[in-house]
This record gives sequence, C-alpha cells and structure tokens, in this order.
Amino acid sequence: MKEIKLFLGPQHPGMHGNASVHMYVEGDIIKRSYLLPGMLHRGFEKSMERRTWMNNIALIPRICVPEPDTNEMVYAMNIEALAKIKVPERAHWIRMIILELARLSAHLMAFGGIGGPTGLYTAMYWAQADRDRILTIFEEITGHRVYHMYIVAGGVRKDLPKGIENKILDFLNDLESRLPEYEDLVLNNPTVRARTVDNILLPAEVVWELGVTGIGMRSATGQEYDIRKVAPYARYEKVDFKVPTATYSDAQTRMTLKYQEMYQSINIIKQAIDMMPGGKVRAKVADGSALRWRVPAGQVYSAVEASRGEYGYYTVSDGNTMPYRVAVRGASFPQGLLGVEKYMPGHRIDDAPLWFDTMGICSPEIDR
Amino acid sequence: MDKKSILAPFKGWKYLFKKPVTVAMDDIFKNPRESQDNYRGFHINDWAKCIGCGTCSEVCPTNAITMVERSDVADEEGSKPERPVIDYGRCCFCALCVDICTSGSLSLTKEYLLNSSDPEDFYYMPTEKGITGKPIKLGYVKDETSDLLDLERKHMEHVGEDERKGSFIEIVRGFSKEQAIAEASRCVACEICTKTCPAHMNIPEYIRSVWNDNLSEGVDYLYKTNPLPSVCGRICTHKCEGACAISQRGDAVAIRWLKRYIVDNVPDDEYEKVVLSQVSKKGDGKVAIVGSGSAGLSAAYYLSTLGYEVDVYERKAQAGGPMRYGAPKYRLPDDITNRDISFIEKLGVKIHTNTDVGKDITMDKLKSTHDAVFIATGYPDTRPLNIPGVDNKDVIMAMPFLADSADFERGSAKMPEIKEKVVVIGSGNVAFDVARTLVRLQNMKYGKSDVMMAALENRQQIPADIEEIEEGTEEGIKFNLACGPQKIVVDEKTGNVKGVEVCECTQLFDENHRFNPQFDFDARQVLEADQVYLAIGQMPDFTYIPDEVQSQMQIERGKIKTNKNGQVAGVPWLFAGGDIIKGMDIINGVANGHDAAIGIDEYLRKNKKKS
Repeated sequence: MKEIKLFLGPQHPGMHGNASVHMYVEGDIIKRSYLLPGMLHRGFEKSMERRTWMNNIALIPRICVPEPDTNEMVYAMNIEALAKIKVPERAHWIRMIILELARLSAHLMAFGGIGGPTGLYTAMYWAQADRDRILTIFEEITGHRVYHMYIVAGGVRKDLPKGIENKILDFLNDLESRLPEYEDLVLNNPTVRARTVDNILLPAEVVWELGVTGIGMRSATGQEYDIRKVAPYARYEKVDFKVPTATYSDAQTRMTLKYQEMYQSINIIKQAIDMMPGGKVRAKVADGSALRWRVPAGQVYSAVEASRGEYGYYTVSDGNTMPYRVAVRGASFPQGLLGVEKYMPGHRIDDAPLWFDTMGICSPEIDR
Repeated sequence: MDKKSILAPFKGWKYLFKKPVTVAMDDIFKNPRESQDNYRGFHINDWAKCIGCGTCSEVCPTNAITMVERSDVADEEGSKPERPVIDYGRCCFCALCVDICTSGSLSLTKEYLLNSSDPEDFYYMPTEKGITGKPIKLGYVKDETSDLLDLERKHMEHVGEDERKGSFIEIVRGFSKEQAIAEASRCVACEICTKTCPAHMNIPEYIRSVWNDNLSEGVDYLYKTNPLPSVCGRICTHKCEGACAISQRGDAVAIRWLKRYIVDNVPDDEYEKVVLSQVSKKGDGKVAIVGSGSAGLSAAYYLSTLGYEVDVYERKAQAGGPMRYGAPKYRLPDDITNRDISFIEKLGVKIHTNTDVGKDITMDKLKSTHDAVFIATGYPDTRPLNIPGVDNKDVIMAMPFLADSADFERGSAKMPEIKEKVVVIGSGNVAFDVARTLVRLQNMKYGKSDVMMAALENRQQIPADIEEIEEGTEEGIKFNLACGPQKIVVDEKTGNVKGVEVCECTQLFDENHRFNPQFDFDARQVLEADQVYLAIGQMPDFTYIPDEVQSQMQIERGKIKTNKNGQVAGVPWLFAGGDIIKGMDIINGVANGHDAAIGIDEYLRKNKKKS
C-alpha cells in the first residue's frame, strides 16, 4: 500500500495548540510520525533574558495557555529562592486556590476535549461552559480570564476581592454535583469506551524511558509521584488530599485519573478557603522601583505539579535586573516530542488526537 | 455491556429543557456582558494628574507606550508636556503601567470591545473619557499591594540633637554604599529633575552611576554642569527633589544626598583625574571675576576648562563667599568647601583673596588688564529694619554675625559676643542659620540656650526648608510667629536692649497673593531679649562699580539686567551672575556661572575674529 503524508494541526480541532504532527500513513495506520514545533516561535526563554524580572510576568503565562499559573508560580518561587524572600502566609493559600482552579480548568478542558476526536461534542460544550465559570472567577481575582499575571515574586499582585470565597464555593459545589453527569456522559459512554479502553497504552517501561511525569506516570506505574506530595510548595503539606494512581495505563485510565483529580482539587480549594489566614499578600522583592529590581546571583530549579506533570523552571541570575538564563522543563516534552516520534506509529490516524488529549500535552511548553 | 451504561450518556438530555448557557452572537454586540470589577481593559489617563514622566512607557513589556509631546499641555515645573500613547496592536493589557504610574493617573477600565476598520483607532492617547466614549466604569486600579514604586526614602542618619546643639559637628552623616544604592534604585529616570534644576544637572545619569556603583562616572556627570558638587551635595536648595516624580505619591528620591555620596566616596586621586580630564581646548584671553561665591567659581571653572586665564578677586581672607562665610559648619564643613575649590585651583584659576575690588583694585584696572569681567558679588548685606531702636549695639545683622561665627568655628577668630537671651527676627533659611548658630554658641558659652524666632509668617508660611524647622525645633528654638516687630525696647538708664515689641500680623498676603502685611496694633507684646538679630533678607552692594559704568547698566530692584548668558545689557565686556541677576540660591549661581562662561567664550571669540 502506498505511504501518504498527512498533517495533524496546527489548525485542527483535535490538535493541542500550535504544533503540527507530520504523519506518514498506510491505509489508516500511522507508520511514522514527527512533531513539528516552532509554530509559536516566540523564543520565550531567550526573550526572558532581555526583560526585567517584573516585566517577564507579561510573557511567561503564554508558555502554557490553558494553565498559565504554573509558569507564574515557578518563576516566582525561583526569584523568592534567589532573593531569600519570605512570602506572606496568606499569599501561599491564595496561590494554592489559584493553582487548583487552574488545574480544574485545564482538566475540564482535556476531559471535555475528548469530545472532539470521539464525536461527542456535548462533552466539549459542557466542559467549556464550566471552565468559563472558572475563568470568570479568574477575571474577578486577577483582571483577566486567561493570562492572569497574578502570582508574582513575593506573593500575589493584589489581595482577593471581597466575597470571592463564596462565589468560588458556590461554583465548586455546583461542579461537584455535576461531575457524576460527566462520568455518565464520558467515562461510562460505550462509544467513548470503545475508543479508549485498551487503546493508546503507556507501559511503565515507556514512562521510565521517556521521563513521563504527572498522570501518565501515575496511571502506568502506581507511583504516587506528585510534586505537591513529594516536594510540597505553597501550603500543600497542610491540606489533606489523595493522589489517584493505577497500574495499567490506557486512554480510559488516564481520563479516569483526571476525573478523580478534579474531586481532589475541589477538596483542596475548599480546605484552603477554610484555612487561609488574613494579612498581607505581597513581600518586597528588592529595593527600589520594579525597573531596578536586582535579584542576587545564583541558580535554582523549582518545580510544581501541573495538570500534565512536573513543571519546572531552572533560573540563573547574575545579580542583575534581568534573568541571565531561564530554562523551562515543560511537562509535555517527553511524551509530546519524543513519544509522538517513537510510540505513536502503529496507532490509527483517528487515535492521534486521542493520544494528544490523554497524554497531557500543551504544545507551547515544548516550543518555549 | 450492561443497560445502565448504554443509557448513561442520555441523562444529559435533561439540559434540553434548561436555559442555555451560551451567549447569542447578537447579544455580544447589543448587550455586551459587563466585565468584572478588576478587569484589565482599555486605558484611561487623568490628564490633571499625569505629569508626563514616561515611567509607564519605560516599564511596558511590549513597548506599546510612546510618550508624545503636546503643545496644549503647559510646560510647568515638576512635569513634562508629554502624554502616553498606547498602541493596542502591541499592548498585552498586563497593567504594569498602572502599577508603576508615579502620579496614579493611569487606570484601566472595564471596556473590552472596540470595533473599527481603521487601524489608527487602535493607536490611542488615553484621556479621562476612555476609548469608546461611553460612560466609564473603572476596572483595574493600582493599590498599595500592586504598586511597583518604592515610595519610602532610605533613612539618613542624623547626629542627635543633644550631641549636635553644643557643637558645630556636621549633622547629616551621609549614606553608606548599601543605603545609597538602595536609594538610587528608587529613581525612575524621568528627567523632570534635570529640567527643574537651574543648572540642569544630569541627575538621572549620576543616580544611575550610584546604582551601578560606578562613582567616577558619577563625578564626570556632576562636573559637566556643576563644579561645586561637594558643597551642593550638602546645602543645595534641591528644587529637583520638589519636582521628583516619586514625590507625587511618596518621598522624593534623596537626590542631594546621593550627590554627596558620590563626591564623598571617590578617592582624591581618581577624583582629580576625572575633574581635570574635562579640559577641552585652548582659549585665548584673560577674564577677571569679582566675587568667589558659587557663580564666580563656576564661571572660573568652566572658563579655565575652555583654556582661558582666570583671575578671581575676593575681598575676604578666604574664597567661597556664602559657602565660607554664610553656611554654618554643621551644614557645610570647611574642608568640603576646600575640596571643591582646590580642584578649581588645580585647573589654573588664580584666586586673589583679601582684594577688595573698588578699593584695592579698581574696575577700570580690571577692565584694562582683562578681556572681560564677570561680576558675581552676591547679596552680602542684611536688609535693614526701620523701627525705633535698631541702632543699638545689641541689634546685630545676620550676615556679619554669620561671617564672624564662621571665623570662630574654623578657629581663626574668637567667639562673637553673644548674650543669654536672644530674639532672631526673620524665618528664612538665613534666619535659621543665625538661630541655630546662636543655640550652639549659647550652649558652648552658657551650657543652655534661649533663642526665640519672631517672624511675620505663620507656621505654614515659613519660607525656610522643612528640615530647618524640624531640626531647629529639636535643638530648642522657640517661635513667636505671625508677629510684626514695632520697636526695640531699650533700658533708658543702661542703654541695654530689653526686648522687641511686636504686634500681631493678621494677614501677610492680600487676595492677589501680593506681599501686603496687615497688623492688629492692639495685640502687642514684648519679647524679652538681651540681643536682637536681624535676618529679614539680604541686599546687594554695587558701590564698587564706577558710576559711569553703572549709568549704562539697568538695575531693577537689586537685579542687573543681562541676556541669557549673563552679558550685562549696555556693557558688552561686563558679565554678571548669581544673586545679583537672579534668585538667591547657590545652584542658581552655579548655573549662571556656567552660562556666563559660555557667553564670555562666545564674546571673546567674536572679538578676536574682528581684530
């Protein structure tokens, strides 16, 4: 049979962000596949070296659009570590609320995103509508729906607006009551299951080989490797939550774990709202105006648990007003770049979008 | 597969009968959803508050903000006639411009919809009205937490009042390196200070030098416009700080102390190298300068960097004018003045002290031996007060007293005759110099002080610097304000001063803001004193200028009329500067001296071409 070259993305409803997969197919089986990043060509890491420590806050959320807050968090954590800043207690809890809301929104997007490749658009509409309610909460707290620019070195940019806690709780209760409907619609749906059960496997050996983290790793190996547990940041050590795991990773398992994690996020936010103290929310980064903030020389790596896995920045400062170097460890990198090339061949063409959706891939973070 | 899971997805059908959550396209335009309170939408700028400092444009991570000069905005002190223009093709709505705005004039609105087929509409100069012209709802505004400026000045160590009031020890200790760099990092380099400074010093540049810990570069910047930086670093009237953009909402950057930090911390040899390197070319000519105050020395320095031969004539024993004989040593120690003057002398300037022009040498002689003459003789005499009893020997004028005291402080004369209970009339900086000097002398002589200041002004109207009032009060000066002296009360038998009779001053300025004091002559009281000091202002002394020259000059209210480079109207070979042409201020003198050097250079080169 003749080999044909096909492109998946960048303009494709099943493609996650601005990247393209070049697929060489025979019939409907993928024979070879390569990820072509570079569609974002913003050169985030290099651009950061030419912007002041504060100015970068406008750039970094773009490294992962559906879940920008993890970027802000690791960037802030690095500056705080270098400059030895003590973040006010309240800010830690606010950060945790923001990060978990972001996780919910990213999980909803991926969970509903399964609707595209499986033809179940209801799932996508539901999830987007619920995610939009999170974005409205973000809008009220941070001023914008997507690029929040809210978690900054020293704490958060502004205190929470009055009364937002109740709005968040109302939303969480509502979402919690709706989650079983999602389960029925997607996880228990025989049509979806026909596509996801025993399909797109991620064996434990591949996890170790590529360095997959996050749900991919936890679903395949049964390891409770979650940065929030193994190296807690913010105040994750003070809240009670579980890390769902499994030992057989097909598309269905990974979606189920995402679904279970949403309950855990709801649980964490509720605890945070309950336990959050009052007080200041931002500590001074350095002397002077933001134009002249200097961060002491040094190098540091910080990581957080993003919806897709371990997300980290390695930051080097030479003591000046701009970072000397920032390197991003995008959680999607192993499965998104290497995995596509090595393990996607053999799957059917229509499973390629499913691969992207359930593996946890956000292309700008490969392309940073 | 069981029945339950086959039917499970169909439970979602119940939403068919519920209100949809989606928004119709029609609604998006006709009834757009209102954004949340904190929304980062389009900009508004309150022009009444905006000072055109351009800090928004400086911080903008997308280079979306350009400062554009406006002819319809007044070019006033403390602001620039510029306003920000935002290119929404670049803006990312991060609101850093709002967070760093010095005046707090920039905010964001809840507006997020703007449709136009003209791309120019997205290149927009925000006003109070907002881009869509619809009623404004404020979105993102700066608060204390989001502020990106550092509004608090770094603390400057002062010698405590108990230690300082019995001696002439310098009060201000100066910044350490860490403090200076921290203070310098507060600057936003808007250059409004440069515009305001009479000498237009490169303030943001030398502050940047401090911030980068490159002090010899700082010295280089200082000497471009001011050859008396050590002196100005201590006693300048710092108009720059009054105009500082940071002072819109916080403490002005301590520009004067940073200047002092530079000069105090560069070693002499490095300093000398920088200062002497400014000599640019060989001028041809000889210039005489009368008076060695700030204007005279500044002109001397810049003329000699141009290569001219300069003779400075000073009637007193030491050069420096008010720096030497006016400013008390607790504000300006002698060795500081020496340092600045020594570098000027190193350039080849000859300073002839104890040479009183008009007596020891005539103006005609100066004119015949030099190509041009620059006069900067200042306001050396105290303005007299015409009330009964002022001719008493215990009624003392401020300027001679300060000179005598200065000689005592440097150990070249004995202590002036001071008494136990004194009244100082006046409330300007000179009056405070007198009063605070008296506190020190009394403490040295009697172990206690009793100084009362009496002035027409009330507390809010006092013209002296705020720190003078605060520090004077700490040192124990008492005040009797809003009172007009009527006569000096003299004991008829002994002829000694017993006090000053004053009556209440009910109004200082009339409705046109003109000086027009009104008194309540029934509200009288006598302020007891053994001595009375007069410090109600100074005046010039032009007796050294020959009459035929004076008749060609225009002198109005003690000021000589000149062109912008100090050339005296009607007498082309004569230049003037300092107090006798403008203001009463050391930095004005420095500026005039620099301008006059440029003027004299032009004049001499023109003359040379002719001959």
